[in-house]
Formats: sequence, structure tokens, C-alpha cells
Amino acid sequence: MNILEAQKISKRFGTAEVLSDVSFSLTGGETLAILGASGSGKTTLLRCLNFLERPDEGRIILRGDLLYDAALHDKYDDKAIREKRLHFGFVFQSFNLFPQYTAFQNVVLARELAAKTTPEYAADKKKTIEEIHREGMEILDQIGLSNKRDFYPYQLSGGQQQRIAIARALAMRPDILCFDEPTSALDPELTGEVLKVIRSLADKNTTMLIVTHEMQFAREVADTILYMDEGMVIEYGTPEQVMDNPSSDRTKRFLERYTAE
Amino acid sequence: MSFIQVNLNLWNGFQNTLLIFALTLIFSLPLGLLISFGSMSKYRLLRYPINILIWIVRGTPLMLQIMVIFYVPGLIFNAPIASRFNAVIIAFALNYACYFSEIYRGGIQSISKSQYEAGQVLGMTKAQIFFRVILLQVIKRIIPPMSNEIITLVKDTALARIIVVVELLKEAEILATRGMIWPLFFTGVYYLAFVGILTLMFNYAEKRLQYFRA
Ligand SMILES: Nc1ncnc2c1ncn2[C@@H]1O[C@H](COP(=O)(O)OP(=O)(O)OP(=O)(O)O)[C@@H](O)[C@H]1O
Ligand SMILES: [Mg+2]
Repeated sequence: MNILEAQKISKRFGTAEVLSDVSFSLTGGETLAILGASGSGKTTLLRCLNFLERPDEGRIILRGDLLYDAALHDKYDDKAIREKRLHFGFVFQSFNLFPQYTAFQNVVLARELAAKTTPEYAADKKKTIEEIHREGMEILDQIGLSNKRDFYPYQLSGGQQQRIAIARALAMRPDILCFDEPTSALDPELTGEVLKVIRSLADKNTTMLIVTHEMQFAREVADTILYMDEGMVIEYGTPEQVMDNPSSDRTKRFLERYTAE
Repeated sequence: MSFIQVNLNLWNGFQNTLLIFALTLIFSLPLGLLISFGSMSKYRLLRYPINILIWIVRGTPLMLQIMVIFYVPGLIFNAPIASRFNAVIIAFALNYACYFSEIYRGGIQSISKSQYEAGQVLGMTKAQIFFRVILLQVIKRIIPPMSNEIITLVKDTALARIIVVVELLKEAEILATRGMIWPLFFTGVYYLAFVGILTLMFNYAEKRLQYFRA
């Protein structure tokens, strides 16, 4: 069954139509890479899925149930949007770690805050927090940064900061993890460690949406590729279909440009 | 009058100076935060009046404001303000709240939108984002301008004497009218000592927040 179905997502900024009827679906454990030239709407699409932008039209179906309908947006209050959001994790291009917290605190903070309203926390505070911390350490281990747990963001390299940002997103146990060009802000020699973490997540069947300009990486990791141009889905298929036999000239030109780099 | 007696007199006035200083901060620090939220509100009906208030308060002398608050309620509404001291505190609190609000606003607006978004995508509430993510970064950034303003407040307390609230300088002026001039100059020692201690405190606070960069 599809974990996620995005149906006809449209978004305008003023009169500019940035997304037009974007639809796609994800099955459990699937990795979808989103490609497209600068300004084609990739970031906006991810931001709509995380409700950082309000889509003008479209529906989001989660595990067969309607999660979000743009037509009903005004009926959702802050709390409802927050809950919907938690199905998605978001890893920003620029990491956006919280500077005043250590790597570990960055990872567990939101979970701790969310836990405070749960019955488990009311029943046994200490145990709930310990459990969150244990899980946080596990995630740090998983991304290979448990030795940096007490480092502040400024003490970490860009690659390490991005890995912590991934850990922070994972800690909320999202159904779908979204990456917006996770390596674009990094020096070339640091992209490898971040891609490795994402690859290991793919191997563990994490459901992911990855906006990237790393063509080789997309080909290796993605099960499906979606190519966008001017807010429209131009290609949608397996890496072989999209990258080896693109149906439009625009896609061909785009691929040539980026693969040459 | 001996040196010690003069200092006992000055100390009396200085207690009032301290009281004006402390009460002004107690009221204006939180009030400033409310005003800064108002000045950033998306509702024009709130934002415009607040901005006009800030304009008036920052655009007129504090001395004038003290007089207005002390005299005008009695002159116009026939409801004179109960005590000179209260009038001083109201004027100071309002004045400093407006200055603080602009510093807060600058600090809050200097924090990148992406910090809010990082909190949002983790499911944090607006209040959680503000208090757990934004606030400390703002505090770190505004300590230098806030210390400036607070040091100015120490010296502004001397304005209270224009409606005859006897603080440090007024106490010295009273001695001067009795022919003793040197205590007037000696008040400088009090102000300098006070500002010196505050400076040490601000330096300490800055140091305490050096553990992170933002
Ligand atoms: N908040 C906004 N207000 C107005 N226009 C916007 C806003 N955000 C994005 N846009 C416009 O929407 C279009 C798509 O932007 P978007 O950031 O989604 O592109 P992108 O595919 O992520 O590009 P890049 O590869 O450069 O990151 C662009 O033309 C951009 O200028
Ligand atoms: Mg983008």
C-alpha cells in the first residue's frame, strides 16, 4: 500500500504558479529523488508537504486516509497542523541546528517537549525521558557521531552538522523523511559522509523524498525519480526510465548539464 | 558636617536612586517585551497605536514625560496622581519599556526564519519555539545594547528630582543650597561605583553565553 499519495498539489506565489498539479506516491521503504533546475519548485513542494507553505490546492493521503486537503485548510488549527507535520521529517539545506544546544540536545529536544503532554510522562517522567535519551544515543550511534554528543554545532564540521540534523529529524520517527539538497551547502569533500548516512537509511527501508543535484547518487539510491520543470512533473519513473530514456528534450538537456559536472 | 554625615545623607538619596532603578527594570523589562510583540503584530489595529506610542515616548524628553505624568492627570482630569514617586516610576517604566521594546524587536528580527522553521518541522508549538529556541539567542545578541540602556538608566534616575523626588543628586543639591558644594561632585563616585558593578555583571552574562555561537 502507498504510504503517501500527493494529489494535484498546486501553489502560487502571487500570480506566479510555482507548483501545478504535482502528484506522486510513495510506498513503504521507497526512496524518491526529485530533480529539477533551479527555481523549478522542488523546495516549495517539500515545504508544502511539511506545511511550511500552504498549498493552494491538492490533497495529501497518508496510508489511505486523507491527511490534508488544501480546501479544508482553514478548518485545521495549529495543533492539527502540528500533528500532521509530524508524519514528515525535514532536513534543510542549511542544517538549521539550534546553536545553543549540544548535538545530543538538538536530537532529543523536540521529543522531550512533545513527551510532556503524554500520559506516559505523567505516569513516570524519569523513565520517559530516559527512554528518549536512550533512543537519541542509538540514533547518534547509527549516524556515527556518538563521540560528538556534547559538541555544540559551531564545533562540528558542516557534514557533521548535517548528520546531526538528520538524527534530529529521525528522532521524531517520521513516516517520511524529506531532504532538501542535503549536501548543497557542503564542501565537496564533506558530501560523502552525508550521502553515506542517507544511503544507510535507504538500506534500512526508510521512506524518503530527496531533492538533490547529485545525479550519480540519485541513480544509485532512488527507487523512483521525479523530474520537475516550472512546477510541473515532466518525468516520473525508475532511474533507468528517467535518466537513460527521458521522454522530453528538456530533461535530456538538464541531465547532460548536471551529469557533465 | 563631617564626611561620614554627608555620606549618610547621600546614602539616603542613593537608596531612592536604587529603588527607582530597580522598579523601572522590574516593570519595563517585561512590558518592553509585550510592546515589542505589539509592534511586530500582524494586526494593524495593534501595531499602529503601539508604534505611535513608541514614537511619542522616544521622541520627547524623559523630563517632560515625568512632568506630564505627574501634573496632567490633576490638571485635566482632576485626579492628581497620588505620589510623586509613583509618577516617576510610571514615567520611567513606560519610557524604558519603549526603548527596550525596540532592542527586543531588533534582536528577535535578527534571528533567521529558518530557526523557527526548524522548530516547526519538529512539531514544536509557537511558545516552545520562542522560549526554547529563539529567546536565548536573542538574549545573547541584545546584551550589549541592553547594558548600554541600563547604564543610561542609572544616570537618568537623577531626573526624578525635577518633581522633587529626593534621589542621590537632589540630596547633594540640598547640601549645596546650605553652602556645601563638594558633595555635589562626590555623587559621581556613587554613580561610577554603581555603573562599575553593573558593567562587571554584564561582562559576566556575556561570558556565560559565550559557550555557543549564533
Ligand atoms: N516565499 C516565496 N515568495 C515568492 N516566490 C517564491 C517564494 N519561494 C519560492 N518562490 C519562487 O518559487 C519558485 C520555485 O522556488 P523553489 O525554491 O521551490 O525552487 P527550487 O526548485 O527549490 O530551486 P533551487 O534548486 O534553486 O533550490 C522560484 O521561482 C522562486 O523564486
Ligand atoms: Mg530549493
